[in-house]
Formats: sequence, structure tokens, C-alpha cells
Amino acid sequence: MLLLVLLVLPLVGALVVAPLKGDARTAKLVAIGVALAELALTVVVWASYSVADAAAGDRFQLEFGVDWIPAFGTRFALGIDGIALVMIALTALLVPIVMLFSWEEKLPEGRSASGFFALILATEALLVGVFAATDVFLFYVFFEAMLVPMYFLIGRFGGPRRQYAAVKFFLYSLLGGLVMLASVIGLFVVSGERLPAGGTFSWAELQRIAADVPESTQIWLFLGFFLAFAIKAPLVPFHTWLPDAGAEAPVGAGVLLVGVLDKVGTFGFLRYCLPLFPAASKALAPLVLTLGVIGILYGALLAVGQTDLKRFVSYTSIAHFGFIALGIFAFSTQSFAGSALYMVNHGLSTGMLFIVVGLVIARGGSRLISDYGGVHKLAPLLAGMFLVAGLSSLALPGTNSFVSEFLVLVGSFPREPAFTILATVGIIFAALYVLWVYQRTMQGPVRGSAVLAALGRGSGDGPGTMLDPAVAAQRGGAAGFPDLSKREIGVLTPLVVLILVLGFFPGPVLEVLEPSVAATLTEVGLTDPVGGMSR
Amino acid sequence: MTGLIASGSALAQVQQITAPPIDYAAIAPLLIVLGGACVSVLAEAFLPRYQRWPVQVALTLVVLAAAGIALGLYAGGAPAGITTLADALAVDRPTLFLWGTLLALGLGSVLLIADRSVEPGGAFIATAAARAAVGGGAAGGPVEGPEDRSYGLPDEAPTMQTEVFPFALFALGGMMAFLAANDLLTMFIALEVLSLPLYLMCGLARRRRLLSQEAAVKYFLLGAFASAFFLYGLALIYGYAGTVRLTGIAQAAVGSNRSDALLFGGLALLVVGLLFKGSVAPFHTWTPDVYQGAPTPVTAFMAACTKVAAFGAILRVLHVAFGDTRWEWRGVLWAVAIISMVIGAVLGLTQTDMKRMIAYSSIAHAGFLLLGAMAITEQGVSATLFYLLAYGFTTVAVFGVISLVRDADGEATHLSQWAGLAKRSPLTAGVMTFLLLALAGIPLTSGFTAKFAVFSAALADGMAPLVVIALVASAIAAFFYLRVIVLMYFSEPAPDGPTVTVPGAFTTAAITLGVLVTLLLGIVPTLALNWAGGATFVG
Repeated sequence: MLLLVLLVLPLVGALVVAPLKGDARTAKLVAIGVALAELALTVVVWASYSVADAAAGDRFQLEFGVDWIPAFGTRFALGIDGIALVMIALTALLVPIVMLFSWEEKLPEGRSASGFFALILATEALLVGVFAATDVFLFYVFFEAMLVPMYFLIGRFGGPRRQYAAVKFFLYSLLGGLVMLASVIGLFVVSGERLPAGGTFSWAELQRIAADVPESTQIWLFLGFFLAFAIKAPLVPFHTWLPDAGAEAPVGAGVLLVGVLDKVGTFGFLRYCLPLFPAASKALAPLVLTLGVIGILYGALLAVGQTDLKRFVSYTSIAHFGFIALGIFAFSTQSFAGSALYMVNHGLSTGMLFIVVGLVIARGGSRLISDYGGVHKLAPLLAGMFLVAGLSSLALPGTNSFVSEFLVLVGSFPREPAFTILATVGIIFAALYVLWVYQRTMQGPVRGSAVLAALGRGSGDGPGTMLDPAVAAQRGGAAGFPDLSKREIGVLTPLVVLILVLGFFPGPVLEVLEPSVAATLTEVGLTDPVGGMSR
Repeated sequence: MTGLIASGSALAQVQQITAPPIDYAAIAPLLIVLGGACVSVLAEAFLPRYQRWPVQVALTLVVLAAAGIALGLYAGGAPAGITTLADALAVDRPTLFLWGTLLALGLGSVLLIADRSVEPGGAFIATAAARAAVGGGAAGGPVEGPEDRSYGLPDEAPTMQTEVFPFALFALGGMMAFLAANDLLTMFIALEVLSLPLYLMCGLARRRRLLSQEAAVKYFLLGAFASAFFLYGLALIYGYAGTVRLTGIAQAAVGSNRSDALLFGGLALLVVGLLFKGSVAPFHTWTPDVYQGAPTPVTAFMAACTKVAAFGAILRVLHVAFGDTRWEWRGVLWAVAIISMVIGAVLGLTQTDMKRMIAYSSIAHAGFLLLGAMAITEQGVSATLFYLLAYGFTTVAVFGVISLVRDADGEATHLSQWAGLAKRSPLTAGVMTFLLLALAGIPLTSGFTAKFAVFSAALADGMAPLVVIALVASAIAAFFYLRVIVLMYFSEPAPDGPTVTVPGAFTTAAITLGVLVTLLLGIVPTLALNWAGGATFVG
């Protein structure tokens, strides 16, 4: 029941906020109120989740279920394991931050803030549904429905090429989703042949019969799910929509997109691909690992070469998703826990990086890296935040990402030494792309056309070619290059705190994850190569 | 000797012909609709012109409601399937479900047809041909001829021509008989009863008359060909089986050592006639032209109801008469379904006119429907029935919305004219977006539930490759639905763009009905699925 409330609350909030077109302030206040209530509710959910029960074999907790469409054998069934709980918590945490960040977002002309905030709440509700569904059909419904609000967020509120990016995002995801639908139906048919009561979509039932399904069938069904998740996550070579969507999305939506929405793909690997198709997962692991490692190296290389700040963040994400995929398909509790934790950490660090980049762009009005320089002299706090987010992104020890990246690599090495060694090279690239961008934009003398224009010391040719017209119009003449405002500090503080806390004390989160990843490993039918997870 | 005796007894039997028993309760809906159509003709003949519109609208709505009540009373008793009228009609679960669907869709379409506020004076005109000749022309601007006034009192605005109401009722009655027909001859007659009024209705547009009449002529000529195909196929099958009864054909086809050439030649021709009505590619070429040219309310009627009738008949023919020989013909229909899905989805991408685009979408949907119709299982039948219900309501509402977006020259159906509609009229754009998402099959709309039902039936009956192709076609088709959404929401409106007419009560009711059903069938489809479930044919 608690989960149902968690799902319905933002949805109701979205319906309330959407009509408040004339009164943007009320709309924003109601929206952030709903988001904070959701966060408080998530704390209650976290407190109600019992790690001891999970360790004792209780796969899903706080379950809620009613019959939905009996003719299809589907139930409206919700329930969470540790991984889902952590992902829901990440969602509930990021949404108010995104809202606070977008408080004074310059929306394209004619767009109302109420629409923006309502769509964010709708996205949040559907994300909760995706993570909490324990019925494959229900999961699919949320998975596809999630596209719609994100599509409108990008297409209505995004940058100059938003139409192209939104349609590309939608079509990529829809294609993956429809192929997955074939597998979802296939699962139903396969289960109908093996269960006396006929076909089912219940995750638990499907998991029970998973081992009986012949490997060839499993491989076909696996590929359907895999394609959808690989597009969503995105793994190279299905990644080309992300840089466009990430670059054109408004920063708030972009944070949700790379922070949470993409995690649905990796979450899907862990929750659906592995337990439901164990034989296929093992058989196809080399393929996925290859794609993952290619993603780590290729994403990092492209990130080094980016000229656009937002695209840069998108490519770093692609590299990170390679690590997550590596951990998932290396089949050990350590690597699973590392990947699950990585999903959270990536949401925090890349989310923060996206926000900081958004703040820089809002000041300079350009997305080009070369239009900035020496920002540290003008806005030391902003530059410091950039550094914190960047260091977390490159997994410096002491930050959250280090723990997860380390766990992934340590957990993967015994079973997949070659892939792990290759992936380790990616860490070096990570240091390169983060620090080089930091150096170019933040350090040195004050320079760059966007910075100079903001200071009124125009270099003649004005700010860069990628100046967002809406931003330029709003900014008018020389607005200066101010440091962080109080609101912006408020947006970033919780992220910095969490990055450091999870860097030094990842225990509480790992504790929640541990029983669920151990259960997942059992469902795949494997045991740890080196024994249990060591904390 | 024995021959003589046999012919003598046959003679005696002939002389003892008695009227077949008729189950009036079962066929009451059909009788009410056809009877209402006759009364409607009389009203058209004897009432003064200014009284016709209110009388015809009231009469049509009453007839549809009465037929619906009769159907509800009969179906409420959970009757076993029966055949009646000397086995000419089969009233079984699929028939009852589709009759209900047809009556409800007919109601929605008639509401659109009856509306006079969207197009002042209604969308229909009587002597369109004459006026087109003197200059109504392809441009189709409003021409105020003397006849316009003569349909009302002299000081009133011109009223609409009302012969469209009896046409609609006759067509509806024909459709109901078509999908209940238990022998091929009855089916052929019903086919003509439903087709002839439709040909006429296509040519009634008040605006863009040349286009409208071109559509009518095309539809008539191609439809006549299709009827001829159907009839020829019927003749071949009769030659093979010696009967036109569907069950008789099934019996003849099993365990006979006659040449199959007649049977399958006949089936091929028969199916061509049926697929034409269902606008399945490659027999679809009339669809875009007719959808575009016909007055939009008539397009709604055709798109929704004809599809239901045609696929009802296809289901019955394939399941009852040819269910046991499915392995012989399925390969061909596989190809037809693939062609239909691909043509619908790919050519839909290139369209620039809303009505043509929806026409290609209907071709793609016909391919999906064929998937369900080919699955000779109970699940296949119920999935197809549900799909027809879901698709029909969405389509009626879509055409209802299309009829609202207008500029000075009538409906603004060119895609570019829809740019920025969300800014001018957020509600209309929102409704249209929802309906387009339903056509694309996004979850939480009826389109998804229906697609899911059909695809799972097809997959369970061993058509996995076809399902994958269907899903890819869905993804392609999604692009052109999406394009409209992009235009409405993300583009700036043209300064002299079309306006959205405030719909009258009738159009509002029709659109609301369509949207509500689309939403409900997406979220709580259980009731409708149960109605459609367990549907088996009798014969």
C-alpha cells in the first residue's frame, strides 16, 4: 500500500500542477511540495524495508497486488528489493533538487513552468512504477509510458535542436520497447506451456520456471529485453540518441534522464535479463562484456574530444554505463553490488556535473567548452563545485564513485580478468577528460568569448555560435559572471554531502543491496568465484 | 427406378416447403436498424424540408438506441449461439459483440454526421454534381447557390441534406448482416447492401466537391470489381462444395478427394473481395483517396464501421469455412499481412495530409488485425474482436477532431496547417495527442491493450516472425503519429493558420465517447476482454 501511495502521489501532483498555467509560483510551490512529500515517504519506505527479512529470503517487500487484466494473466503488483529501493530513493532525492535547480529556468517562449514541473512529477511517478513493478507486463507498461513525459520535456523545453533530439529519443526507445514487447509476449506463451495454471507475467513465477526453458528460447527472449535495455542504458552501439537528447534537454530534465531514466536499462539487466534468462545471460555474457568495455573506452575517447559541455557529460555517462554493464555480466556479488551502487553514485555525480555545467551555461550562454576560461577567478565556488563533481565522476578515492568502481573491478577480475584490465584503462581516460575540461574552462586567465561577453568585455565576435537564443535574449547585455547564488548552493549542497558521505561510509547502502544481489546471483545459478562480499 | 423414386420424393419435399422458423429476439437489432432505415426513407420522401433534419436525427438515434437495447436484452440472457432464418444468419458471441461494436460506433459516427455547427449547415449537400459543374470546383469554396437556401425556411440559414441518415442506417444494417451471414450468398447480398449507400455517402461533401465525387467514383468502380471477385469466388466454391453454407464448405473441404484448385481459387477470389472492404494492402489503393475525399464524418463512419464488418466477415469465413484447411492458405495471408503492415507504415511516412495519413495508418492496422484473424484459436477471435472495438472508437474520435480544425476554405487537413495547434487550442491538441498515441500503441491506451491481445494470440499460434515484423512496423508507424505531435507542440503556429472550431454538442459527444473508451480500454479493459473472450462461431 505504501508503494501505491508512492506511485500515485506524484501522479496526482502532476494533475494538480498542470492546469496552474497562469500562476507559475503556485505551480512551482505545489510541485516541490509534492516532491518533498514523496522524499519523506521514501524515507518511510526505506525505514520499513527490512534487510534481515531480505537476507532470510524475502525477495520482495511491501508488496501490493490486485488483479488487473485477468485475460492477460497480469496483476497490478508492486514490491521492492534492495536494488529497487535504492533506485527509488535516488529518484525521490534527485527530483526536488532538479525542481529547485529549475526554479528560475528560462523556458522557451510561450511555455509555462506548470507544464515543466507537472511533466517532471509524471516522470517521477512512472519511474517509481518501473522500479517497483513485480509483474513483467506492468513493468513494460511503465517502461513505455515513461517515454511520453520525457519526450515532451525534451521537445517542449529543450535547446535549439530539441525537436530532432526528442523524436530521436522517442523512436530509439520505442523501437527497443516494441522488440521487448515481443519477448514479453513470448515469456507469457512460454510460461503458459510450463505452468498448469496457464501463462503468467508474475516475476516470481517466471523466475521459478526460468531454468526449465531451453537455452535457444531463452536467447531469443533475452535478446528482446537486452535490446530495449541496451538502448535505454545506453550501451555502444545503441548510444547515439543520448548525446543529442542530453545536449538538447533542459538541464533539469537532462539530470533526470542521465541520472535515473537511463538506469532503468541497467536495472533491467539485473532484475529481468539475469534472473529470467540465466542460461542466455551466461551464454551471451562475453558479447555484453565486449560492448561494455568498448563503451568504457570509446565513450571516454569521445568525451575527451567533445567541444560541447552537455555532450561531454553525456559521453562520460556512456563510459560509466560500460562499467555498470561489466559489473552486471561478471556475475559475482561484489560486482553486482558495485554495479548497483554505481547506478546510485552515477546518478549523484553525473547529476551534479550536469547541474554545474548547466549553471556555467546559464551564465555564459554558450555550450562550447572553448568559449570559457578562467571561470575560477570569477566564480570560485562554482569552479569548486565543478571540481567536486568531476572528481567524483573520475572516481577519486574518498568520493562515492570510487567505492563502486573499485567493487566492480575487484568483483569482475576473478571471472573476467581480460575485460577488467581493459576497463581499468578507462579510469585513466576518465582522469584525462575530466581534468582537461576543468583546466580549459575553469583555470588560467579569464578568457573565452562567452565569459568576456558576460563581463561586457566583448571580444568583438560575441559569445559562441551555440548561444541559446532564449538565454541570450534574457541575459541582454553584460550580466557579469556571478558566483553561486544561495538557491544554487542549496541545490548543490545535498549532492556534495552525499558524494562525500557515500565515499567514506557506503555501508548503509551496501547493506540494503547485499541480500538482493546475493539473491540475483543465486537466480543466475552461480556462486561467487572468491567467496562472499567483503565489506 | 431408384432415381425416379428419389426425384419423386424430392418433388414431394419441394411442395412441402414451410417458412423457416425465425428467432425474432436474436435478430431484433438487425430488423430494427433495417426497419428504421425504411422509415427514414419515408420521412425523407414525405416531410417538408425544414423538418427533415430534426426528425431524421431523432429517428436515427432512437433506432440505434432501440437496436442497442434489443441487443442488450438478448445478450443479457447469455444465449448459446444459434443460426436462424434457415441458417442464413448465425447469431453467436462474435456476432453479438460486433453488433454491439457496430451500433456504438454507428452512434458515434451519426453524431458526427448530424453536427451542423462545425460546418455551417452541415457537411452534406444534395446536388453536388450540378454545383460542381457550374463552379463549386476543386477549390471548393463556399458557393451560395439558390438551392442552399431552399433546405430551410427562406429566412433561415441553409440546412443540410438529410438523405445521409437513411444511407447510414442501410449501410449499418448491411454491415450487421454481413458479419452474421452464415452462407456466402447472404454475405454477398449484405455486402451490396452495405456498399451501395457508402458509395453515395462519399460523394456528398459540401466542400471540395470534385475530390469528393472522384472518391465516390473510385470507391464505386473498385468496389464493384471487388464484389465481382467475391461473387466469382463464391461460384467456384459452390462448384467445389455444392453448397454456399460455411459449415458445408468446411465439411466438403475435409476428406474430399476433389481437386483443391476450385476450393482455393474460390477462396482466393473471395478473400480478395473481403480484404478490399477491410482495406488490407495490396487491395488498399482506394483507401487514401476515399478517406481524403469523403466528408470527414462519413470517413469516420467508413473507417470504423466498415473495418469492423469486413473483419467480422473475414473471421467468420476463415474460422468456420476454412479453419481446417488453414495450413494451405496461411502462407498467402502471411504475405498479405506483411505487405499491409509495411505499406501502411512506410507510405504513411510520406503523407502530408491528415486524412490520407490516417488512411495509411488504417492499412497498417488492417495488417495487425489480419494477424489476429489468421490465428485460428479462440484467443485469436477474441483478440481480433477487442482490437476492432478499440480501433473503431479511436478512429471515430480522430476524425471528429480532424473535422474541427478549419480555415476559411473548410477543413485544414494539410499537415503544415496543424503546426503550433497546441498553442491555439491546447485541449484539442491534447486530445489528438492522446488518440495518436493510442493509434501508435503506447501503453495505458486501448491501442496497446489491443495490440498486445492480437500479438499474443498470433505468437501463441506460431507466428513469431510475423509478430516481430508487426512490432517493427509499429515502430515505423509511430514516427508519423509522432510527427503530428511534434508539429502541434513544438512548432510555431503560422500567422494565418487554421482555427479550431468550437464543436457543437453532437461532435463533442462523439469525441468524448471515443476518448473515454480509448482510455478505459487502456486502463481497465477486463470487462470488454471478457465480453470478447470465449467467442466461438456456430454455423
